[in-house]
Amino acid sequence: MKFTGAQLLRILLERQGVRVVAGIPGGANLPLYDALHTVDTPGVIRHILARHEQGAGFIAQGMARVTGRAGVCLATSGPGATNLLTAIADARLDSVPLVAITGQVPLSLIGTDAFQEVDTYGLTLPVTKHNFLVRDVAELLEIVPLAFELAESGRPGPVAVDVPKDVQNATLELREWPAPGRPRPAPPCPEERLDALAARLAAAQRPVLYLGGGVISAGAAEPACALAHRLSAPTVCTLMALGAMPPADPLFMGMLGMHAARGTNLLLDEADLLLAVGARFDDRATGKVAEFCPHAVIAHVDIDPAEIGKIKPPFLGLVGDAADILRRLLDRLPAQDRPVWRRRAVALRAAHPLHHPPRAADPLHPVNLCRFLGEILHSDTIVTTDVGQHQMWVAQAYPVRRPRTLLTSGGLGTMGFGLPAAIGAALAAPGRPVVCVSGDGSILMNIQELATLAELELPVAVLVFNNAQLGLVRQQQELFYGRRYAAAHFTAVPDFAALARAFDVRGLRLDPQRDPLAALAGALSMPGPCVIDIPVHEEANVLPMVPPGAANRHMIVHPEPAAAHA
Amino acid sequence: MPEPTALPDPTESGPEACHPLDDKPPAARTAVLELRVRNHPGTMSHVTGLFARRGFNLDAIVCVPEADGATSRMLLLVAGEPRLEQVERQLAKLYDVLTVRHRPDLAPGFFGRLLPPDVAS
Repeated sequence: MKFTGAQLLRILLERQGVRVVAGIPGGANLPLYDALHTVDTPGVIRHILARHEQGAGFIAQGMARVTGRAGVCLATSGPGATNLLTAIADARLDSVPLVAITGQVPLSLIGTDAFQEVDTYGLTLPVTKHNFLVRDVAELLEIVPLAFELAESGRPGPVAVDVPKDVQNATLELREWPAPGRPRPAPPCPEERLDALAARLAAAQRPVLYLGGGVISAGAAEPACALAHRLSAPTVCTLMALGAMPPADPLFMGMLGMHAARGTNLLLDEADLLLAVGARFDDRATGKVAEFCPHAVIAHVDIDPAEIGKIKPPFLGLVGDAADILRRLLDRLPAQDRPVWRRRAVALRAAHPLHHPPRAADPLHPVNLCRFLGEILHSDTIVTTDVGQHQMWVAQAYPVRRPRTLLTSGGLGTMGFGLPAAIGAALAAPGRPVVCVSGDGSILMNIQELATLAELELPVAVLVFNNAQLGLVRQQQELFYGRRYAAAHFTAVPDFAALARAFDVRGLRLDPQRDPLAALAGALSMPGPCVIDIPVHEEANVLPMVPPGAANRHMIVHPEPAAAHA
Repeated sequence: MPEPTALPDPTESGPEACHPLDDKPPAARTAVLELRVRNHPGTMSHVTGLFARRGFNLDAIVCVPEADGATSRMLLLVAGEPRLEQVERQLAKLYDVLTVRHRPDLAPGFFGRLLPPDVAS
């Protein structure tokens, strides 16, 4: 049977099990859209029309972050492709499986500065796990399954496939379909390494587990928690690992690093062994690297061999699947009670709580808001965030109880992530509520996706923590730039409730004087999408905070003494 | 994924590396690396782009297609690079890179001798 390249693409995606793609059509990918239209044969792929390609990229990411399977986004050549780049780079830094398929000008026009021509291959090269420019229709049969295999194998990541328009239109006689691309299992970590780690763990007096996003992507949360209990090891999480351990667990020490509770960073200073699992020693987590865990030897479990020793040389590296390694480690470790160390962790946590006014006095203080959300939202609610103060408040105060229920842009820190990611999450998890916690700065960066949300009528609630400023910028200017607030304040802030209504989405603004938390709970209990504008104090800061570049023990707990660090 | 061969065991680090208070950067090293790579137009960009964006030192590069045209050999002169192991591991992660190995038998001066006499200094 004869197929066009575009039809091949559609069928190959279907054979991968792809059921939803997000994108925007344009000149160079119209053949693909024509193939997706399928009036003659029933297609199984549902297309989500985003309002900006970056939105499409983050919708696909939202699906991928919830399911662990590669999300798919489509864009045309030129600006379509460049608009996708941020979402692709974001997926790269957070190891999210993504397949981005872009249209390209016909092969004969490549290199001529044709209309909407841009070097998508060159642009995506540094921000993908791998990328392809398809030069012949037959190559699609190899490249499409391979793109999925690469995106989902080992450490997941984004793969870009650039398909010139004439390749989409070219035809091919096909008898046999290639097998769909599937993730390749990682080679098992050698037994000797596990023996060595088990022996070292048994000898440690003050071990700490340091969990990263790799624990979530490997589905290793359960063995990680079991290991923590087997060892009596207090456990810290990176932003990307929140949800790996229930916050109510007595060994849970929360997020480490720049916005950790002070006790968490102090505990790491006392550790004699740090077991890092699927974490990459990011600077936001480690602070000044030379002073991170100064008394600890480090063992590092990661599926990416290049992460071992990239930042901190470990005494032992274990390369492989985190769930497999942790289960095999559990097999050889008897229970080890460390009552003194456990009590020390509890004491440190109790001694250094978050500072915030009581709820009755200030219900809309961001910490109180996040705690309240933790009380009214079910543990399977998916929370997405944008980037800034609200994101760190969620990380500090919202109890993320299950893996893959906090979707946040960790590595790239992309403002504008939250709303489209929430749409993707709602598409991938039908029936589950989704809450996007955003800020008045971030939400405007992909506000156009409210139109997509209105069209889909998904159960997404957008909470805008509105302080009329770029809050984390203002905070840094207050603390480190002598309170010179350059370009941090917005003089014109839209009426977000009215803006939502303009998109045909329910919108309301909380009144701090009129039982705002009850109003919030009421609004969240209603079906369908909504935007809730929440006024928060302009001067509220995310504290504690480690000044960028400082060691983690040097935390600013109250803003006033900060001048010393300026 | 390509199986990197002849790589140093990425999980290997000597006992000296475990001293908790010692964060001295490793000494700069110079090496000639030989890569077997897929031969297509993007491979060179992938290899050189990796060096550029990770700030690794790359002093010289030679690339020659192999007999069947499907693969090429690349020789890289990595000079004064304290993160040589990182360079090798990151190279091994590239899909188009099939193998990475050291060529201690090739002196760094090898690259200079490839230039025609009117160019070589």
